[in-house]
Order: sequence, then structure tokens, then C-alpha cells
Amino acid sequence: MSIRVAKTGNEAVAEAMRQIRPDVVAAYPITPQTEIVQLFSGFVANGLVDTEMVTVESEHSAMSATIGAAAAGARAMTATSANGLALMWEVVYIAASMRLPIVMPVVNRALSGPINIHCDHSDTMGARDSGWIQLFSENAQEAYDNVLQAVRISEDPNVLLPTMVTMDGFIISHAMEVMEMLEDEKVRQWVGEYVPLNPLLDVENPVTMGPLDLFDWNMEHKRQQAEAMVQSKPVILQVAEEYAKLTGRRYSLFEEYKLDDAEIAIVVLGSTAGTAKVVADNLRQQGVKAGLLKIRVFRPFPAEEIANALKHLKAVAVMDRSDSFNAVSGPVFAEVRSALYGIANAPIIVDYIYGIGGRDVKPDHIESVYNDLAQIAAQGKADRLLTYLGVRE
Amino acid sequence: MATLKELSTKEFGISSGHRACAGCAFPMIIKQVLLAAENPVVVGCATGCMEVTTTIYPYTAWKVPFIHNAFENVAATVSGVEAAYQSLRRKGKIDKKIDFIAFGGDGGTYDIGFQSLSGAMERGHDMLYICYDNQAYMNTGIQRSSATPYGANTTTSPAGTVSFGKKQYRKDLTEVMAAHGIPFAAQASPAMWNDFISKVQRALAVEGPAFINVIQPCVLGWKYDSSLSVALAKLAVDTCFWPLYEVVDGKHKLSYKPKDKRPVREFLEKQDRFRHLFTPQNEHVIDEIQADIDRRWEALLIKCGEA
Repeated sequence: MSIRVAKTGNEAVAEAMRQIRPDVVAAYPITPQTEIVQLFSGFVANGLVDTEMVTVESEHSAMSATIGAAAAGARAMTATSANGLALMWEVVYIAASMRLPIVMPVVNRALSGPINIHCDHSDTMGARDSGWIQLFSENAQEAYDNVLQAVRISEDPNVLLPTMVTMDGFIISHAMEVMEMLEDEKVRQWVGEYVPLNPLLDVENPVTMGPLDLFDWNMEHKRQQAEAMVQSKPVILQVAEEYAKLTGRRYSLFEEYKLDDAEIAIVVLGSTAGTAKVVADNLRQQGVKAGLLKIRVFRPFPAEEIANALKHLKAVAVMDRSDSFNAVSGPVFAEVRSALYGIANAPIIVDYIYGIGGRDVKPDHIESVYNDLAQIAAQGKADRLLTYLGVRE
Repeated sequence: MATLKELSTKEFGISSGHRACAGCAFPMIIKQVLLAAENPVVVGCATGCMEVTTTIYPYTAWKVPFIHNAFENVAATVSGVEAAYQSLRRKGKIDKKIDFIAFGGDGGTYDIGFQSLSGAMERGHDMLYICYDNQAYMNTGIQRSSATPYGANTTTSPAGTVSFGKKQYRKDLTEVMAAHGIPFAAQASPAMWNDFISKVQRALAVEGPAFINVIQPCVLGWKYDSSLSVALAKLAVDTCFWPLYEVVDGKHKLSYKPKDKRPVREFLEKQDRFRHLFTPQNEHVIDEIQADIDRRWEALLIKCGEA
């Protein structure tokens, strides 16, 4: 059966990578992801994996080399954070357009500037339109489970898209928690033998990858890419179903927590969900019908499913751990409110931007949001759309 | 080294029908490189003229596996391809010997791709990087690069009433690459096919990274009659504007010493990018170019033990 261990998020992800045994890992260190690269280098040095480790000179080259390796026919991975993701931006898009099933853990960190090493979601939220599947994790267990599932999702012939698995920097990446790992052999069977499509190393059947694609075909290819994202949703659910059989841990597009009979709810991603669940439990004991929706799959965005899960509520607060600087709201709010548009008697929805640059999020903060929601629900209206939570103004 | 007759029986790795300009020198560079290769090859190419003229979807001129990723990262991309090869070979999934070749123009090599190239060479990937140096950003319309020669007229170093063109000398990239301590670095010219093919073969034969800088006359950028590409590629060598040499395991060796070193003026006067220098107020620039070439040539002769 599975193995119970105490691991940090970074250790959990590094262990998942060890068990996946990618053919190639090309990576560059950046806080708070560094430990993943260090641990994996140790696995290589001690013969625990037979991976070709490419210790590149930048994140741009990390993604470029990962693309080259994947195009050649290897199962290839990298990992990054914040400015590292920003530096590889150009090629992040190219990886998706080349339909390469790369899996990349991203340890969420505030994107400069000002420079900061702590958690927020400004790095991965910026990459939300890059064509990558994005899976968010609440804790080390979920980060581990998401990485293992991501390999199967990305490599599915109906998908062939890269996947980012995120976890909150320091809060998850550096915090030790008890979790369950699968045995190495089970992971090997789970990910299976990688069979690449049209690899460069098949020299008898030469292919040209990355050609110039002008107005006569480019739109068809972008349309196919969009369709692959649509097709990934049932695959994500199918993989989750199989993973539940293997581990007993059940995943979906999002998690509904005490939402069925709730009147007010918070929509949240990542580690804050854990804090919010405790607050919701406490409020429930006081008779407040508080619930929570934790988004796991941000790309593809499960708009219809989220709308169905939220439509019976009186008031909803979206928690955005990054700002869009669009003078309206954070990015998650824009998606969730758009999903609810046109639904009869839709809940009143407001946005909270919180936890920027690693600003601590305490139960009191979450409770204040639920208190606001209770008042909004009672009044039948919200005084303001956007609130910055826990900021000196 | 195969004879010309033997080479003529080999299939070209690139087909006709690509859209490079008439007279462009890089199709002949590609042909010579792929003729030289004895093992199957995988080719990577930086964004630039070579990529955009040979791979316009749904067509490709390449008969060998080819990948284009972006402008500044062909060295990193081919690093990844080579790493995949090493990994899959170790696991017994591939048994044949494959060679890896990256092509980049001077913009994608000297400038924006410099970090990626330096990293790949330092890591020691078993690959050959070939810079087709046409001495400016030709694909975007003749902007100056750090490979553009002193005095050249480009669209971002234009000659004007108070300017004689580019005010800086070329970056000596071949020496910079040799300084990486890689097993093989060389300069070549497509006009000297025998020397070039031999260098490609020896570069592919070494274990580890190799770099060849090959001059590529550009009809549009250098502004000359399209029949003169090979003549200019030869004149660049005979004026010592582009000396042919190699650095093998740290040792410099001259590949070709012109019997009659021609004045650089003969090279410059055939190209309209230098036309503005042939005026009373700019004549001094030609003298400066000649002095610079002489200085570099003497230094190279000393390095090669020929002085």
C-alpha cells in the first residue's frame, strides 16, 4: 500500500519527479523552487534516476532545452517560480503551440517588482493564456498527486498540452506535512512507457517542427490548440477517476466544501483554501451557512461547472492572490463572474485581492470576508466590487 | 574527405524550392554541411532568414529532422535534443549514432542567442553550432548587429551627413568561442568548400561541442550583384577580412594563407553597404578598416605560429 511520509511541498514534488523518472530534466534554480532542482540533482548523482540532467544557464534555456528534449521524443520536465517563469515566457507559449506534453511544477512566488520571494499567484496567473493546463494545489499531498496526474493528462493523445502544477511558495513548498506517497513501482505503472508522436530522433521519418505558419494556416492551428484545451477537461476527470482507484484520493475540476446548503461562499485557489475551510467550519458552528469552492483546474477553466456549483448562493467572494491592474478586479474574479453571467438570480459576487508578496492570511481575514458576505446577502447588494484585504491604506 | 565526385552522388539534405533570395549564400552552406555529415543528423535553426525561407507551412525544404523554436535559443533547444538522445541511448531505446547541428545567423548567435550558445558550449553537449554570419539582421531588414563591420551602412547604423555608418568594430566571436575551451572552433567560407566540409567533418567527429563561424554574403544586405556571392566569400578570405583558421584543443592553426593578400578596398568596393566610404570625407575609414584587419591578421599569425 501507499507510504506515509513527512515531506515539504518541494520534497513531495521532487519525489514525484524521481518516481516519474523523466528522460530529461532541464532546470535552473530560483527561490522558492531551488530545492526541487537540488533534490533532483541528488537523485541523479546517486543513480536513483537515469535522467539526463541539463543544468542550464537560465530559465529561458530551461524551457528551450525542455522543448528540444520533448520534441526529440523524451519525457521532459522542468520547474520554476516567478521571475523564472517570466523569463521563459516566450517559450512557454511555444511549448504549448508545439503540443509538447511537458510537466512543469511552478512554486508560486510574487513576480517582481518590487523583488520579493514570497507567495502570490502573479507568476502563474500571468501565464493563464499561454495554452498550458494549470492545476493548483492546496498542500504537499495535492502537489504530489497533481504532478503524477499531470503526466497522464498532458500525454493523453486527445490533449498533448503541457501542464503547470502550482503550489504556494514557502507556505507549501517549505512546510513539512504528513502525506502519502505511492510505491515507486506503482508510479512507474501509472505513468507508463512514454510513446512520443513524430519525434525528431526518428531520423528515418524526418519531420519539420516549428515552421513559419502564416495567415493561411495559423488560425487553424490555434483553433486546434483551443480544441485540445476543451478536450482536456474530460481527460482530467478520467485521470482523476483512475487516480482515485489507485490512491483513494478523489480529485475533480474543483472542490466543493460545505457548498450544497451554503448561502455564502468563498472561491479560492491554493493553500488559503485550508485556512478558509477552518473558518467555514467555525462559522458553521455559529449557524452561518458558509461554504467554499476551491479551484483545482484553472486552465481549462470549468466555467459551466463553477456556475452550477455557485448559482444557488446569495453571495460569493472570489479570493485573488494577484492583481490584474485592470482597474476592475483580479483575474480569478473576472473568470468566475463571467461564468455566472446570464444565470438567473445569480449570487452577488465580490472580489478580494489578498496575500500579495506573501502577506500573511490569517483566519481573521477570511472571517471578515465571510462577515462581509453575510451582510451583502442580508442587504441584497454589495457596496463595492473590490476590496484589498489586510493592506494599509 | 570525400572527393567532389563522390560528394556529387550524395543526396542534398535540403530541396530546391525554398524561398531564399537568388544568390543567397546560405543554401550552399546548408548543402555543404549536410554533404559533410556522415551520420544521420538532427538540425535546429534559430529564427531568421534560414528558417523563414525553408519552412513555410505546409512546406519544408528539409529532408532531415528539423526544429525551429525561437530566435535566441537554438543552442539551448539543440542541447535538449542532444540530452534526449543521450538519455534514450543510455536506456537502449536508440542505437544509431546521430549528429546534432544548430544553425543561427549572426543576430541569433553573436547577440540575442549569445548566452544560450555560451551555456551550451560550457555544458559540453555533443553538438556542432554553425553561425552563418551575414553581418547584420538581414531577415528584419538589415539592422546592425555586433557582427556588422566597422563603417558598414545598415538601417540602424545608416551612413548620413554626420555618420560614416557603424562606429564599432566586429565582435570576434570565433575567438570568444575558442576561449570556452571547446574541442573545436573554426572560421570557414562557403567559397572554400573543401576546407569547410573538412572542418564540418572534424567538428562532428569530436566528442563534445564544436563551433564554426561561416561567412555568408547577403545580396540584399551587402548590396551586390547576385552572381558575386561566391566571389565575395572568396575575396573576404583573400583580403584577410575573414581569415580561415581553426582552434583544436586550444591550438590555433591557420587553414589558408593568401599568397597575395589583397587590400580590403577590393572587398569593400564591390558592396554598396560600403559605397559611402569611397568619398573624400570618409576615405579615412577605409584606412582604419585596413589597419584593423592588418592588426588582427598579424595577431592571428602569431597565434598560429606563422609569424
